Amino acid sequence: MTTPLLRVDDMRIALAGDGVTHNAVEGVSFEIGRGEAFGLVGESGCGKSITALAVMGLLRRPLSMAGGRIVLEGQEIQNASAAEMRRLRGKRIAMIFQEPMTALNPLSPVGRQIAEMFVLHEGMGWNEAMDRAEDALRQVRVPSPERRIRDYPHQLSGGMRQRVMIAIALACGPDLLVADEPTTALDVTVQAEIIDLMAELCAAKGTAILMISHDLGLVANMCRRVAVMYAGRIVEAQVSEAIFAHPTHPYTQGLVDSLPRLGERARRGRQRLREISGVVPSIAAYPGGCRFNPRCPASTGICREVAPDVTALPEGGLVRCYHHA
Amino acid sequence: MPEALLTLDDLAVHYAVGSSFKGGLKTLKAVDSVTLDVKPGECLGLVGESGCGKSTLAFAIMGLVAPTRGRMLLDGEEISAARKLDRMKVARVVQMVFQDPYASLNPRQTVRRTLAQPLGIHGVSDKAEVEQRVADMMAKVGLRPDHADRYPHEFSGGQRQRIGIARALILKPKLVICDEPVSALDVSIRAQIINLLLELKDEMGLAYIMISHDLGVVEHVSDRVAVMYLGRIVEQGGWREIFEDPRHPYTRALIAAIPDPFNRVVNAAAKAHGEIASAIAPPPGCHFNPRCPLRADRCVAEEPLLEAVGAGHLAACHFRDRTA
Repeated sequence: MTTPLLRVDDMRIALAGDGVTHNAVEGVSFEIGRGEAFGLVGESGCGKSITALAVMGLLRRPLSMAGGRIVLEGQEIQNASAAEMRRLRGKRIAMIFQEPMTALNPLSPVGRQIAEMFVLHEGMGWNEAMDRAEDALRQVRVPSPERRIRDYPHQLSGGMRQRVMIAIALACGPDLLVADEPTTALDVTVQAEIIDLMAELCAAKGTAILMISHDLGLVANMCRRVAVMYAGRIVEAQVSEAIFAHPTHPYTQGLVDSLPRLGERARRGRQRLREISGVVPSIAAYPGGCRFNPRCPASTGICREVAPDVTALPEGGLVRCYHHA
Repeated sequence: MPEALLTLDDLAVHYAVGSSFKGGLKTLKAVDSVTLDVKPGECLGLVGESGCGKSTLAFAIMGLVAPTRGRMLLDGEEISAARKLDRMKVARVVQMVFQDPYASLNPRQTVRRTLAQPLGIHGVSDKAEVEQRVADMMAKVGLRPDHADRYPHEFSGGQRQRIGIARALILKPKLVICDEPVSALDVSIRAQIINLLLELKDEMGLAYIMISHDLGVVEHVSDRVAVMYLGRIVEQGGWREIFEDPRHPYTRALIAAIPDPFNRVVNAAAKAHGEIASAIAPPPGCHFNPRCPLRADRCVAEEPLLEAVGAGHLAACHFRDRTA
């Protein structure tokens, strides 16, 4: 087996609170191959975004790495120094965020923000870097890039700003693009365009994607494999088609069945949506054993006592449940 | 055919924007020539992206913004640009459920007070009756009796939306406008609220205007659907017609934009290009023409009218007879 591009191994992220420390993320392991699109799905507070920040080396107090390894092409980076991480970020791993307005510098023209990548990571002069920035804007299909490079972020629409973010992230041809809810702030037709653009550019450059979203449909559509997180743990990981066709964890099953899917009503008539009872627990009140047990229809005594370990599924993939389908 | 509960006839809401110093005053046509009706007990899905005017339309119906032109008939009473409407009367017929239950509840009022206040304002003064109606309403939306004396911050998002729904229904309205009622909620909570809204609709004989950008939700709950783009209705019809036989390219683009994990190679030809134009300077002719895969010269020169393509199915497109 070849070395994966990124391997996250038994990662634990601690959240320091008033005298107590909680594990915001625990036992998280996954691998992403070169050029592979991998999705991480979960609701707000499940730990998906901080998992991404950990990969980027951007955890800040009160969050900290408390265990496990992050390996980028054979090199452990979880203890890398700030200077080493700065060299990796942008060059080897890049990130785009949900809200491009807050992620871009409002006081700097977008062309300059793209050019900065070439200056910092490739040692280019500013003139040459600005030419490259114009090319980069053209690649993300911003109309009239020669004028747009002088625009400030507030002069661009949400979709255009996200295109600028993608241009910055992909400027130095990174090996891995981490995309945290990249289209949540956008309209649906614009979302479709941005997703297509990301997928196309990454495929052309051989860039792997770690896609993070609450939208299972969106992630499954874009990624080859998907992992579902719940309350700080990965509860199921499978190939995208399988996760919709044969979800095995009760939480995944609930998620898949609870969403009205387009065309479903025409095929089967209006069915009552399956509800997942209860609410997402807060980090300070994670239940013992399996964290989904208070909401789980299949829950039994052992679920409340001992957290289930990872089980490999016969068709590939894994699940963390005693009673999985 | 039952008489319509709400009829909008050529309704328009225009805003003056800009200043006379810089560039001059411009008109933003947030809602432009909208003709629609909602029948008792019916759910009308209203679909469109941000800036299409769907929320302004809701505010006009609620009497929160004054229409510039056109007429509204609400439960047999006429309201027009010229005639100021009686807010109290409107409130007894139409209520609204908002997107963000965190922002739309008064943080300093208990659930009991939030629910009792509309009754007091509308003349229910008998204490025992108020108490009874509040308790009944709370039970209906799935809140426990002991929740009555709690404040909004003590509830989860889903429960807060239940309070928002209870507040909207306490006056027994005939029409409830739901503005993105589940999009601020956690994914695993959405099904609870959608199921609840559908149950209450049957139980209380409510009509809904369901505003949403989530086509899956709209298809699930709606009897009829209207699609808006830059202030105009571009297509309307029964849910089956809209989703199985869409005739406006924008409707097709919206459907094509929904990621389908079982069918990755979606109809790329149906997708829209570019972004929504500014409502201050919308493109001439058909507003959708710069993004449209079917665009022809005629689309720039001439505005297509909303015309029938089938029984109760209307589309505003010069190529409405093309099925793809």
